[in-house]
Amino acid sequence: MDKTARLGEIVAAHAGREGPLLPVLHDIQSEFGCIDEETKRFLASALNLSRAEVHGVVSFYHDFKSEPAKLPVLKLCRAEACQARGCDSLAAEISVVAKDRCEIETVYCLGLCSVGPNAMIGADVHARLDVGKLTQLIEAL
Amino acid sequence: MRIAISDDALALACGADQVAEAIAKAAPDADIIRVSSWGMSWLEPLVEVDGIGYGPATVDDVAAILDGSSGLNIGRIANHPFIARQQRLTFARAGITQPLDLDEYRATGGWLGLEKARAAGADAVIETVTDSGLRGRGGAGFPAGIKWKTVASADGPQKYIVCNADEGDSGTFADRMLMEGDPYCLIEGMAIAGLAVGADKGYIYVRSEYPHAIAKLNAAILASAHIVTPFDIEVRVGAGAYVCGEETSLLESLEGKRGEVRAKPPLPALEGLFGKPTVVNNVLTLAAVPYILANGAKAYADYGMGRSRGTMPIQLAGNLKHGGLFETAFGITLGELVNDIGGGTESGEPVKAVQVGGPLGAFHPASDFHLPFDYESFTAADGLIGHGGIVVFDESADMLAQARFAMEFCAAESCGKCTPCRLGSVRGMEVLDRIKTGGRAAADSVESLPQMHNAPKQGRSTDEELSLISDLCETMKFGSLCALGGFTPYPVMSAIRHWPEDFGASADMVKDIS
Repeated sequence: MDKTARLGEIVAAHAGREGPLLPVLHDIQSEFGCIDEETKRFLASALNLSRAEVHGVVSFYHDFKSEPAKLPVLKLCRAEACQARGCDSLAAEISVVAKDRCEIETVYCLGLCSVGPNAMIGADVHARLDVGKLTQLIEAL
Repeated sequence: MRIAISDDALALACGADQVAEAIAKAAPDADIIRVSSWGMSWLEPLVEVDGIGYGPATVDDVAAILDGSSGLNIGRIANHPFIARQQRLTFARAGITQPLDLDEYRATGGWLGLEKARAAGADAVIETVTDSGLRGRGGAGFPAGIKWKTVASADGPQKYIVCNADEGDSGTFADRMLMEGDPYCLIEGMAIAGLAVGADKGYIYVRSEYPHAIAKLNAAILASAHIVTPFDIEVRVGAGAYVCGEETSLLESLEGKRGEVRAKPPLPALEGLFGKPTVVNNVLTLAAVPYILANGAKAYADYGMGRSRGTMPIQLAGNLKHGGLFETAFGITLGELVNDIGGGTESGEPVKAVQVGGPLGAFHPASDFHLPFDYESFTAADGLIGHGGIVVFDESADMLAQARFAMEFCAAESCGKCTPCRLGSVRGMEVLDRIKTGGRAAADSVESLPQMHNAPKQGRSTDEELSLISDLCETMKFGSLCALGGFTPYPVMSAIRHWPEDFGASADMVKDIS
């Protein structure tokens, strides 16, 4: 199936919803890894929005990417509770190991604040990280 | 043998699945169930064998746990001081029930509140919630009953209940635990709110960082649809924007727009989602409602102090020995929470600062430990309780770095609509950077602009920079449209006020700012 047809299906799947743009964008992001210019044009016409509106929404939210990630993504929490448990030095120490293996994204809070430092890969969460554990996770990617 | 292990995201992150698998292999006849979490985070994964707890368990501990010889034995979980000291109303089922089991939910008093609400009618429900003294648990503390009454008396054929589950504050996880551990409780609370104000549609706006909560909610909504009908609930997933926890940003986001705040008025209660009258309440606010309806307003209001009624699920996090969820009536002191219940720092170093109320909350020194945990006491001490998150820092914390982080966070997450927040946060970062590096660098000099005769030629002293940032914080506090820009001054100014030495302030300046 070509991409346009698939995009059409995704839009149709959310047709009954009020204000469907975010759920539509989530589905596209998870299927194609990003929301590119072609997709924005398609959505503007399919949802009767201006291209500026669609671009404005896509660029506002941290979750939506304009290009697909080249490497697996590891989301490392850098918020205060994890800072209090040493995430900053962990982030610095791990950067060499991570270099060609994964992209380390910063998130602010995974809601596991009493067992930090924490990270998320896909939907899997990992707690009580130290350099050894985090290295293992990255090497397993 | 009944063996219970939590499937809460925090337990999973600590390895609960691996432990459960190992137990299933070692004891194939055991009845292994996956329950919600008790909230004793330092003991996760916590394995409960016929009521006796073992934690934190690893795969290697399984054999000893099964034959009862493990040194991880903490005795009967329900009698553990951390649990026994609590007053659990909202989290009464935590650790006990299986999150999606409808029979267990009913057997533990579930749907009783909704049934009583249906029998009593909308006006009586609003009266009960008002009398209970329940205030919004998301941070602002606005009385829930008054908000509901406003929506109920607003005109319009379509009204909405919006549950704010965009729990983005660092140090908070009670919403996540409730959505994962007791999703029917939230659904019941929303259905009661819908009945009270005349809304048949509800949205739960959950942040995308909580995939486990999203999955549990979707399953729970499907399983309980026949009970709450004609009320209908839909989960909407956020997209990584902190500011969408602000109620008007959240509404914009739900409508499929950029999450920019709206100026108030109009109040969301009158013109909310798609311009219709809308109740926007936090997860914990709505989840407190079933108890109130089932047991009466007085039963709830009897807990607490002053104008802070009922209980608050307090989240103990950061550098603490015993972090976790602790639900208790308002009025417990900050020092009791940090030292007695939290057990002090995990690192063993003295406590330097405690941030209460998330990234927009003030940092408190140990001299504030006498403060009772309630809305008014923290406001009077230039702080806030916010969503009930407590993050503890030990001696190694650098308060200048923390103040700078607060400004940086505000700059990164600002929606950009109002100038004090959008620009003030960036300027704040710059001022704090100058304080750190010892003043204006040569390249920053304005001497090349002689016509700007009022500009300081040699840069500013640290004291002048500090007074500049005080001015900036005043502007942000009073000029910002929402709490992000408006409350960022709390962590910044409290850090300067209580730890001036970390900023290199002079003795005169210390007198000035304290």
